[in-house]
Amino acid sequence: MSETEWTPDQPIVSIKDVHKSFGDLEVLKGVSLDVMKGEVICIIGPSGSGKSTLIRCINALNDIQSGSIQVEGQEVNAPGLDKLELRKKVGMVFQQYNLFPHKTALENVMMAPLLVLKQPEDEVEKRARALVKKVRLEGKENNYPGELSGGQQQRVAIARSLAMNPDVMLFDEVTAALDPETVKEVLVTIKDLAAEGMTCILVTHEMGFAREIADHIYFTDRGVIVEHGPPKTFFESAKDPRTREFLSQIL
Amino acid sequence: MAMLKPIPGISSASATDMAVLKPVTVATPGSASDINFSRFVSDLPWWTLPALAAIFMMWPIAAYAQSTFTMADATSALIRWLPFLVFQGFVFNILISVTTMALGTIAGVVLGLMQVSPNRMIAQPAWLITQTFRNSPWLVLLFIVMLAFPFKIEIGSLTIQIPDWIKAVIGLSLPIMANISEVVRGAIASVPSGQWEAAESLAYSRQQTLWRIILPQCFKRMIPPWMNWYAILTMATPLVSLLGVEEIVTLSQQAMAAENSRPELLVPFYGFCLVIFFAYCYPIARWTIALERKYTVKL
Repeated sequence: MSETEWTPDQPIVSIKDVHKSFGDLEVLKGVSLDVMKGEVICIIGPSGSGKSTLIRCINALNDIQSGSIQVEGQEVNAPGLDKLELRKKVGMVFQQYNLFPHKTALENVMMAPLLVLKQPEDEVEKRARALVKKVRLEGKENNYPGELSGGQQQRVAIARSLAMNPDVMLFDEVTAALDPETVKEVLVTIKDLAAEGMTCILVTHEMGFAREIADHIYFTDRGVIVEHGPPKTFFESAKDPRTREFLSQIL
Repeated sequence: MAMLKPIPGISSASATDMAVLKPVTVATPGSASDINFSRFVSDLPWWTLPALAAIFMMWPIAAYAQSTFTMADATSALIRWLPFLVFQGFVFNILISVTTMALGTIAGVVLGLMQVSPNRMIAQPAWLITQTFRNSPWLVLLFIVMLAFPFKIEIGSLTIQIPDWIKAVIGLSLPIMANISEVVRGAIASVPSGQWEAAESLAYSRQQTLWRIILPQCFKRMIPPWMNWYAILTMATPLVSLLGVEEIVTLSQQAMAAENSRPELLVPFYGFCLVIFFAYCYPIARWTIALERKYTVKL
């Protein structure tokens, strides 16, 4: 399936010179970045800078006009790509949770492994219950999304994504719609995940969190990566004036 | 994707068809615009029915004051014919409406699902068929089916006669099909795009997303507009009297002819038709509005 055999010492996600437009509006103007297995990277930047679009391209929710995105050596933009196979490897959590409102928390977690991976029900249920426990929602298994708080829903969404055993997790501003009090519980969950060695790509506005959790930070503005580096260098000695301006407004 | 279509039940027109730019919050579906009929009928007070009945029965006295034909005469004529009108006429209207609705719903759901197909070769014809039948006069459709369809089909030595009422059902089910198709499309479109994306990113196929995630969510939203269309259809069944199908209006005409076609009978007899349709549709309309309210609150 893949053109070249992928080995874990190569980037698990490799983005090269990606261009993406919506009609006349060019959102990504040549973005490149590599993510190694087990790495946690944060993409930050002002609204409309293309961060969300970029991570949506990684699991082919958005297509790209030119450039290359590879996940485990497999070209995401290849015409004959089996998108479903790609998405089994890449989990995604959204700003608006997007839980299925007609299913309970546990069913939300169990559905995809049952329907998509066709795994046996008892095994899936065991794993789903363990995941619900992992995101600290024991006792909420049979609640419907409407009965859960935003933070709880978001943690179910994380468990739902993990149930597919993905190799990479994408987080698209997952705390942006939450109350300040519930932001923390979601961040703790992500932190646990990162500590276990999950490859995570986060788009976030939580600078403190990014600094604490990320191995590498990318700053995007107007469709390009302006600056990137490890958190310490990035936050303490940013070189580009745009980065500095952004950081001065945020911090 | 070239065409921006308004979504029934959603007050603001969609500004874009680009998935990412669609608004996350969606107005409650099935609101005012598409169930106007049920809303109007259910808002009428309960005494509308006896009031209508009284007006129609007293009409001859007022209109034909000089006539020797009294209200008692009109009443007794109507009572004489009442079992015939109800059990041979109105019951047949119900039968036509139920059969038409069943046929129209099956075809309409298929057509509605075709409309949301990502394959343009399927979606575009489905859209065209929907718009054509939705915007054609019902009576014209009825005539076309009535006159264009063979009255019997021969399969080898077997000859199947197609009764007129079956043709009427087919004719009426065309606009119903088109409108149900729009109900289905509108309900599917009213599910936030985030639901599609979440399912997609969990590697659900399109079919799985549609049947397991999207349709279960919009099933309830389709019920009120579906019932609204049923009530409208029931009201439209007397159209088939023009084609000679023996439903309540045809039988009323026959009954009046048997009563020497006295002009004093026109209003009581047709008034009775109106009353019985109202009596049938009023509870349906009340129920529709109640369900609509219930599902709206839940969203």
